[in-house]
Amino acid sequence: MSVATNWSIEGKNHEKNFKSIIFLGVLWLSLFVAFLFLIILLVTTAMNGWGRYDMRLFTSYNNTTPADAGARAAILGSLFVVSVTALMAIPVGIAAAVYLEEFADRSKWYNKVIELNIQNLAAVPAILYGMLTLGILTILGLKNKNVVIGGSLALALLILPVVILTTREALRAVPQEIRDGSLALGATEVQTVTKQTLPAAIPGIATGTILAVSRAIGEAAPLLLLGALVFITYDPNGLLAGFTTMPIQIFSWTSAAQEEFKQVAAATSMLLLAILLSMNGVAIFIRNKFAKRW
Amino acid sequence: MTSESQGLSRGMHLGGSTRGEIVQPIMELRNLNVYYGDFHAVRDISLDVGANQITAFIGPSGCGKSTVLRCLNRTNDLVPSARVTGGIDYRGHDLYGPSVDPIEVRRRVGMVFQKPNPFPKSIFDNIAYGPRVTGMKLNKSETEDLVEHALSKAGLWSEVKDKLDQSGFALSGGQQQRLCIARAIATSPDILLMDEPCASLDPIATSLIEDLMLELVNDYTVVIVTHNMQQAARVSDRTAFFSAKIDDAGQRFGHLVEMDQTSKIFTNPSDSRTEDYISGRFG
Ligand SMILES: Nc1ncnc2c1ncn2[C@@H]1O[C@H](COP(=O)(O)OP(=O)(O)OP(=O)(O)O)[C@@H](O)[C@H]1O
Ligand SMILES: [Mg+2]
Repeated sequence: MSVATNWSIEGKNHEKNFKSIIFLGVLWLSLFVAFLFLIILLVTTAMNGWGRYDMRLFTSYNNTTPADAGARAAILGSLFVVSVTALMAIPVGIAAAVYLEEFADRSKWYNKVIELNIQNLAAVPAILYGMLTLGILTILGLKNKNVVIGGSLALALLILPVVILTTREALRAVPQEIRDGSLALGATEVQTVTKQTLPAAIPGIATGTILAVSRAIGEAAPLLLLGALVFITYDPNGLLAGFTTMPIQIFSWTSAAQEEFKQVAAATSMLLLAILLSMNGVAIFIRNKFAKRW
Repeated sequence: MTSESQGLSRGMHLGGSTRGEIVQPIMELRNLNVYYGDFHAVRDISLDVGANQITAFIGPSGCGKSTVLRCLNRTNDLVPSARVTGGIDYRGHDLYGPSVDPIEVRRRVGMVFQKPNPFPKSIFDNIAYGPRVTGMKLNKSETEDLVEHALSKAGLWSEVKDKLDQSGFALSGGQQQRLCIARAIATSPDILLMDEPCASLDPIATSLIEDLMLELVNDYTVVIVTHNMQQAARVSDRTAFFSAKIDDAGQRFGHLVEMDQTSKIFTNPSDSRTEDYISGRFG
């Protein structure tokens, strides 16, 4: 029209032309497809597990009779292994991140090598951490590799790079002015880190760490390698006790011949999903609640 | 010195004849040179900072005012590439001497930054932080007294006394800057450095801070960097004019053109470059 000569602002809405609508349509369709599969998966799993949502799941051990089988050993195994994993990975990961972010001289070649390696480690397939742990346990002379401490070690190695990277991210988000202000008051660098930088970064660290731990809960591959695919009818009662975990128990039941085992597997899957979703929910909650506006 | 030229300068705490003359130097810079890596940023600065005076650093951007200021409390040490030669004498001690602990220096020479930088903590903890980390062993009521004292000194007490447990971020920019000043004086420093403390503030907040400086200089020595000529003229006793030059190798570096009583710098400077800068013909 005569846009250049008069100052009319009427016209066909540009957001409503054909191309924009097609484009938006494709976006919505993609979202819909992704969502649809998620829903189908959830609904079918939930229905497959029908009839098994009861206390047997929590109280009974695995059993050759499907009707009597429960996931008690696997649930406790998952919780135990993941707690030990968190105890190993989180302090080490945070300490490593603090060193790299706050103290390391980045111009030194060895710090650059470490940095690059951590980035790469985060992308290493999980199974390799299983192999590494297997090697370590062999060197230590452990005959039975399927022990809690071994599984935790594998999972801790697996999530360590993620913990380091997210902690560094959170530390980096703390404005330099806060460190400057603290140092200018005569605080030491250690005081500045422990009393200013780390506390200010805790929401970010917590979010990243919870997500990392929830990854460990869902992981099966490295534990399979350590031989966690076993029939266990007792509670894991020590760092050297044998164990199985929920993902592995699910795997073992789904590959079993009897159809009823698939039912228990589905019910356990729903439980695992519920745990993962609530952990992610907590992470999102922390992120939103404590989101800092500097 | 006479009082005719005093219109520009302040007349509050020293009164009359010695204003702007150094009675007792507290810091003496002798041929100070600062390098950032290979870059020789600031060359051969020699000047005195008078005790209980306000010293202003003025000059065009990039001439090294902040660099020199950061040398005075050794915060330049925190820049990995920074290196200093020459000396600074502080109350008879070589500030860069081998046995000097930079952390001790920073406890005696406080600093306020251009952008207010409160800690993400309560107003109370913002003030109490310095005394805590510098090892002042205070009990609860002593800490409370100190917080009140520092906030009162900074002219902020009446505005925040009912919300000490609120975040320092909940204050306005001008209040935040006064909080930062209160935070700095809570550790009872000897000298207070301020790098463009009013650069992000409106005129009313600026004038509050200027009044505060004039108040503080009764107890402390103040060194301020400012781009605001009126501010330098209003508050300072002595003014150092820095400028940048290009050397034979084509490197730009900062140097001190002249330093004198503020009234002299603003009415009758010795160097024509100072006059050009002040009257706006330069930079
Ligand atoms: N951390 C640093 N690393 C490298 N070079 C720096 C650093 N800080 C300052 N410089 C350089 O030193 C010179 C002096 O900088 P400085 O910040 O002291 O100037 P200034 O007078 O404070 O300027 P402004 O008025 O803009 O604040 C500049 O050339 C600057 O690029
Ligand atoms: Mg500056």
